[in-house]
Amino acid sequence: MFRILKATLIAPGIKRFLIEAPRIARKHEAGQFIILRLDDHGERIPLTIESSDSEHGTISLVVQAVGKTTHQLNALKEGDAIRDVVGPLGKPSIIKNFGTVVIVGGGVGTALAYPTTVALKRAGNRILTILGGRNRDLVILEAEMRATSDALFVTTDDGSYGEKGLVTDKLRELLASAETIRMVLAVGPVPMMKAVADLTRERGIHTVVSLNPIMIDGTGMCGGCRVLVGGNSQFACVDGPEFDAHDVNFDVLTQRNRMYREAEKRSLEAYQQALQDKRDSQEPSICLVGGGKP
Amino acid sequence: MSPVKAPSTNPLTLKERIKLPRQHMPEQPAELRIMNFTEVNLGYSAELAKQEALRCLECAKATCVEHCPVGVKVKEFVQLIVEGNFLGAAAKIREDNVLPAITGRVCPQEDHCEGACLLHKKVESLGVGYLERFVADYEQHVGATMAPNAAATGKKVAIVGSGPAGLSAAGDLVQRGHKVHVFEALHEIGGVLVYGIPEFRLPKQVIREQIDKMREMGVEFETNVVVGKTVAVDELFGEEGYDAIFIATGAGLPVFLSIPGEHLNGVYSANEFLTRINLMHAYEFPRYDEPMVDLHGKHVAVIGGGNTALDAIRSARRLGAEKAYVIYRRSETEMPARIEEVKHAKQEGIEFRMLTNPVEFLDDGRGWLKAARCVQMELGEPDASGRRRPIAIAGSEFEIPLQLAIIATGTSANPLIQSTTPGLKTNKRGYIEAKDDSQRTSRKGVFAGGDIVTGAATVILAMGAGRRAAKSIHEYLATGEW
Repeated sequence: MFRILKATLIAPGIKRFLIEAPRIARKHEAGQFIILRLDDHGERIPLTIESSDSEHGTISLVVQAVGKTTHQLNALKEGDAIRDVVGPLGKPSIIKNFGTVVIVGGGVGTALAYPTTVALKRAGNRILTILGGRNRDLVILEAEMRATSDALFVTTDDGSYGEKGLVTDKLRELLASAETIRMVLAVGPVPMMKAVADLTRERGIHTVVSLNPIMIDGTGMCGGCRVLVGGNSQFACVDGPEFDAHDVNFDVLTQRNRMYREAEKRSLEAYQQALQDKRDSQEPSICLVGGGKP
Repeated sequence: MSPVKAPSTNPLTLKERIKLPRQHMPEQPAELRIMNFTEVNLGYSAELAKQEALRCLECAKATCVEHCPVGVKVKEFVQLIVEGNFLGAAAKIREDNVLPAITGRVCPQEDHCEGACLLHKKVESLGVGYLERFVADYEQHVGATMAPNAAATGKKVAIVGSGPAGLSAAGDLVQRGHKVHVFEALHEIGGVLVYGIPEFRLPKQVIREQIDKMREMGVEFETNVVVGKTVAVDELFGEEGYDAIFIATGAGLPVFLSIPGEHLNGVYSANEFLTRINLMHAYEFPRYDEPMVDLHGKHVAVIGGGNTALDAIRSARRLGAEKAYVIYRRSETEMPARIEEVKHAKQEGIEFRMLTNPVEFLDDGRGWLKAARCVQMELGEPDASGRRRPIAIAGSEFEIPLQLAIIATGTSANPLIQSTTPGLKTNKRGYIEAKDDSQRTSRKGVFAGGDIVTGAATVILAMGAGRRAAKSIHEYLATGEW
């Protein structure tokens, strides 16, 4: 069992967890992830490590409630425990002094980009960060990212915060500016990463994305996380999760990530129905912590 | 004391023994079992076991023992069954095999003991596997007294991987008085036994019982540790203070066919398909969270001819597949699967499309598989594997409508330990180099065995490697000589 030492709601539906995992904390490097399983009936899901503290033996995760497992996870609080946590998995980010680097973080992807940004900054890069979200609430870790960036820009789809538009609008602007950009790291929804890749491809700017395919064991056994990269099958768990964005077939990734959509929907609805039934049968009502739309 | 040969307790003459038919294994009827995941074989009763044991010819030169990768004393344990001493028989097996309830179920006996059985030349071979399973289950039922371990040596051994190779080595080492700690990457102990082999062939409860026995023997287990990631081999020697390490991480990532359409939804690797079902209980979705595509009324094929292929397609059948095919590029004679699994699969209505090779997976226009385009094959001269090489017949292309295809054509080496352990030599395919007899690698104190050395093989061959490693580790710990 892995104890939750702290659980904080950082945006609607998004929670940060501090988890006791000394072995993982000791070995974690930026860009790596863990796989967790909440209980004996749980599925295994990959989550990127936001930060780690080897001295205190803790790691932190930022979790957006999307499916059943993430909703269930986000209902956990300090003192609760997670059945299984394994990691750190995947190859660490390549950290070196590229020169000027643009970090593009979309929604909860920002949490995944954060440790790599810190490491790139430490390696001497000039960091220009673009954070985007559908609305103000989904722009997360702004203060943390600002502290490690030379400049930071925010875009929202609805214009509720920062500039109205997409992260790629801002990226296009930066690419056209006087800055000589050597590398772009994009972490966020697949359409966003694809759009970033398309934009930098024509300019030949080295671009890295962190992929989030369906994954089960995460240790190089099952092959569920295969992605098409440069026309070949690669496995996000041992060959990734970061890949050269210009080689990634995002359409195949999108299509494969839809494979269980029906089942996932059923699973979430059943979970929420069960919570609703529990609420209906109990007085006073229980608050759904971090729980999206009940 | 001189080894005086005890007189046989078998009352039958050799002629009478040969006349006795092999006792059938009671099994769940095929029409019932395709609707559930409970075990196909129901096991011998004590009567059946005694009757079968009587068939043993008690050969002076026991070829069955010579052909067992772990050297189970078949003749002796069968004689104990004849005498009605079932616990004694179990203890006799345990001298060489810590997982009898498992090997009794999944070992390809026809390639080892039963294939070497003298009876096999005239009639059907002795049912060694069935007998082994019987005494192991009997022992589990009545409770066994385990032989005590040797006095503690104060040495610590880390075993990486809790599959058959790791468990086998752990059992032997703990009995020799060493402290044994097994690291497992997944959340359950057992490796391929839990993620690869389905419930209907090897119930999880049987595995848990065997693991519990090992715990009683003093073996420690730790889940959720990926050696090479969570902790490095050199850290196990250093901070964690182990004296020797046995790497038994098993098979790696699946090998795909590299044909067009392989990334369509509905195309699985057997490892993923089976892991979802066995380890994650996807067949019990939504009671368990891991999902599986609904197979009711679907046409499903597995590509490949090994045990993994049959496990996958028989699982698909149980999940409601209307049509279930084994597509294999050679003929049935070359199939590496156990004979019993082939028989069971046929009883369950699985269609065998032999000498057939897929060349393309076709898209239904929405990113899902709709058919496999295949070619007919014929067999040419034997290839490097000794089996006749399949050759495509020009112009023989045809389509098999399918909504799900499961690729079970093999695996590659998992790179995690090799890439994080300096000085650990691998061969050109990425498998760890280890000496045949001692399982010693290029790194002092590091041993390796099972699929991570040989590539995908069988449970019993991995267990054989585990035994050799245990013997060699014991020698190394005693002498310090490398």
